Amino acid sequence: MLVAVLSGFITAFLLAGIGRFLKGKLSFLVSLLPLVLFFYFLQFIPSIGNGDRLYSSYNWIPSMGINFDFYLDGLAMIFCLLITGIGFLIFIYASSYLKGHVYLDRFFGYLSLFMGSMLGLVLSDNLFTLFVFWELTSISSFFLIGFNNEDPASRKSALLALALTGGGGFLLLTGFVLLQNIGGSSSIQELIGSAETIRTHSFYLPLIILVFGGAFTKSAQFPFHFWLPGAMKAPTPVSAYLHSATMVKAGIYLLARFTPVLGNHSYWNNTLMVVGGLTMVFTAMHTFFRTDLKSILAYSTIAALGMLVFLIGIGTQEALIAAAVFILVHALYKAGLFLITGVIDHETGTRDITKLGGLRHVLWPLAIAGMLAALSNAGIPLTFGFLGKDLIYEATLQSASSAYILTGAAILTNILLLYAGFIAGIKPFIGNLKNEFSKVHLPSFLMWAPPLLLGVGGLLFGIFPGLVDRSIIQPAVLAMDGGTVEISLKIWHGFNLVLLLSIITITCGLLLYFLTNPSAEKEKWMSRFEPVSPHNITLKLAKLFKLWSGWYTRSLLNGHLRFYVFVIVSFLIGLLAYKLFTGVNIYIDRSQFLDLTFYELIVSLLMLVSIGITVTTDSRLTAVAAMGVIGYCICLLFVFYSAPDLAMTQFTIDTLTVVLFVLVLFKLPPFLNFTNRKSKIRDGILSVCFGGLISLIALEVLNEKVNKDISSFYGTNAYTLAKGKNVVNVILVDFRGMDTLVEITVLTIAAIGVFSLLKLKINTKGENQL
Amino acid sequence: MELYLAILIGVLYAAGIFLMLRRSMVKLLLGLILLGNGANMLIFLLGRITKGKPPVIPENTSIFTDVYADPVPQALILTAIVISFGLQAFAITLLKRVYVVTGTDDLDKLNVTDDEDI
Amino acid sequence: MKTIILKVASNYLLPLLLLFSVFILLRGHYEPGGGFVGGLIASIAFVLHAFANGLKTTQKFLKYHPGVAIPIGLGLSLFAGLLPMFAGLPFMKSLFFSQPLPVIGTISTALVFDIGVYLVVVGVTLTILFTISETVND
Repeated sequence: MLVAVLSGFITAFLLAGIGRFLKGKLSFLVSLLPLVLFFYFLQFIPSIGNGDRLYSSYNWIPSMGINFDFYLDGLAMIFCLLITGIGFLIFIYASSYLKGHVYLDRFFGYLSLFMGSMLGLVLSDNLFTLFVFWELTSISSFFLIGFNNEDPASRKSALLALALTGGGGFLLLTGFVLLQNIGGSSSIQELIGSAETIRTHSFYLPLIILVFGGAFTKSAQFPFHFWLPGAMKAPTPVSAYLHSATMVKAGIYLLARFTPVLGNHSYWNNTLMVVGGLTMVFTAMHTFFRTDLKSILAYSTIAALGMLVFLIGIGTQEALIAAAVFILVHALYKAGLFLITGVIDHETGTRDITKLGGLRHVLWPLAIAGMLAALSNAGIPLTFGFLGKDLIYEATLQSASSAYILTGAAILTNILLLYAGFIAGIKPFIGNLKNEFSKVHLPSFLMWAPPLLLGVGGLLFGIFPGLVDRSIIQPAVLAMDGGTVEISLKIWHGFNLVLLLSIITITCGLLLYFLTNPSAEKEKWMSRFEPVSPHNITLKLAKLFKLWSGWYTRSLLNGHLRFYVFVIVSFLIGLLAYKLFTGVNIYIDRSQFLDLTFYELIVSLLMLVSIGITVTTDSRLTAVAAMGVIGYCICLLFVFYSAPDLAMTQFTIDTLTVVLFVLVLFKLPPFLNFTNRKSKIRDGILSVCFGGLISLIALEVLNEKVNKDISSFYGTNAYTLAKGKNVVNVILVDFRGMDTLVEITVLTIAAIGVFSLLKLKINTKGENQL
Repeated sequence: MELYLAILIGVLYAAGIFLMLRRSMVKLLLGLILLGNGANMLIFLLGRITKGKPPVIPENTSIFTDVYADPVPQALILTAIVISFGLQAFAITLLKRVYVVTGTDDLDKLNVTDDEDI
Repeated sequence: MKTIILKVASNYLLPLLLLFSVFILLRGHYEPGGGFVGGLIASIAFVLHAFANGLKTTQKFLKYHPGVAIPIGLGLSLFAGLLPMFAGLPFMKSLFFSQPLPVIGTISTALVFDIGVYLVVVGVTLTILFTISETVND
């Protein structure tokens, strides 16, 4: 299974390497990858249908419980089939849609990457690998949405999508860490076992909020829905793939996957019902006001996602069955509609529904496909959508609380979705063909076959639901629900309330479709609400954040080095003082006051005087000389306290430093008194605080016991192991010889730096000359 | 004596920071050196000081028979001293270069980036 | 600064200081000293010579640019580290001759390494100081 997941990545990297030599010629071959994977997953259907599970594990970071654990059950299966099956259609469609595009290979690379990530996401049983793949889908979709990278709007939408889904991913990661801590495992299947502990834990609420944050941003739920219409800037195959079957369904998958772990709790169910319900009604209404086909499809997609969230929220077995069926239904018809829209856009150059009409004369296979998709979407009997809608109504009617409100919301959404489906799938093809479109011709087989196939698939499953009910839907519901379930879908349920509701939906939808027309006026009317839309509010927040960070940067990074030092030191003082005075019992051994020999006293005094001179003098040379004296005093201190090597080194280095300073500063004028008295006092106070704090810390550290393990190791082994008696030297050239080697390398770099800085003359033409 | 050394280190740090807060580049450099010296002394002091017992194994024996000063901070400081020489040399050359190009020693005049000359 | 006394003294001091620096270098493993200090003392010897006789004279006396010592030293140190690898031992493991010599003590790869350090220190210090003194009047 690892190979199946990784194949997408391998293909992507291969394409990155050899793509430039292929120049898009062999791109058709890449489409074989999803096809092969599709059949690979298909072969597991019988065993999964029998309730078996496939599990394979590969170690990654076992010490942290992070492994590639792949787990194929019914839920993963339904997604795998969608990803690879629709993926195959998208791949061949794209090879024709983007024929001749300069970056065709790059496109297929991104697409394979995305497909691989999606497969990894739905197959991962480990929280953290799931997260990694989750983020990979965000990143690869960023590339796909921004594929037309020369278009600023495209880049902007890609960035918006990345920012939102990436931000959601961040929440998700936090949620996963929390979940792992509470549940004590990073395997989802193991977590199901401790579901009760998790649900009763005091951190349950923050936990589900974090998981919702990830799922809602990914699946474009209100109020994070606005990135999805923006993502329509992507090439149409991408929209079809991302928004019908994969990317946005990842959030749905996540919620479905975690239903047995986190679900069955009023917080979980109510939030999902409210958010899902709000999203579906709110965005379904939007479709009514749009004229751009892709925009209509985008909003209807969000509405469908809302419906799925809503169903998962209801959480009853009926609702989960409805959700599983609706995932399939929606993927089939929505991918079809997107692909049809793509062809229309490709051939006529417009997606404005008010301008389109009569295309059945020139694009007849697509007209059939469009009709099938729209009918399935509408839930006309004999289509798969009919089954889906029936199940939804059954679920809402049987829900424990407020069945009427839920059913009402579902009906309203379905009416509007029907309208949207008819607009996108039927309207462009009926009516009279306009002159400007008379020259439109049917595109290559590769472009019209996929939507037709999807439409036929919807019809096939609708007439013969037995094809999918036991084999695909039942295991998927089992994975979500856990209990035992027997599903058999029927074409006809008989005359009952559900059928009545279906008839109402279809009638109202058709009335809406025939009585109103999408128009620019309606869109304009809608745009009055634009300033208060979540999209705009988010953009405003982003702008404010930018302003704030600009102000922050300007005020803290003002270009004055002094100021930086000042801020850093003040912060350090605050931090150190806080820790020192709250956590440490300050004790100073005053008995040491008298323990001072004559030489030590003289050296200390000399040092203090020299420091004073260095700080106060106005002459550079005096300052340098005083600094030299400080160095020699330190050298003497080293002599007093048994560090002959240090003393020698300090002495020679100090001499050389003074020589260096004198050489350079010799010719420069004396210090100018740049700063005024006030700032000197301020800086003085700061410095004294800092120095005092350092002294205090040093004294406190001296009160602690010291660990001499390392020193005694060197002390005992210097002669026995390294045949040297001067331990300091042995450490430098033997025990820690590697460090010394690096150190002399650094010295070399300094020398080269000095040499080039002084000897290299850079002339105004920008040419370097020695 | 530890008490006095701790105070001396504090004074070195204070003087270093004070000089670094000046506008003159030369003072900045002097401050840096004093701070470096202070840090060296701090490490030395915190490794505990011992009088008259250098970490050299006496003649005729192959291990220490008496207490001895801690060699680890000494090795550390020795490295630090030599490296700081490299740093100082580079910094002072930079200073000279900046002075030659801009004709000023004032750090406040260097906070604008202009790419006309270096 | 070019007084006669300093000039004459420096001519005698140079070989003496160089000899002393080598002495410090070689005894480093047993007594206080070593490559760093030895190299610095050697540099001081040359700097003193340059102060007394002028930079040109010292450079002429040296024949080669002091920077040449840097790659030699680095190479020697690296070589000392690599040597044990030929004997199948890990990088930087020290090797010894069994018989110690007077003053130097046991000849080991650590000594070779220290000589490398000495050369690098001399090279670096003199390169920096000579470069600065050359350009000081610009």
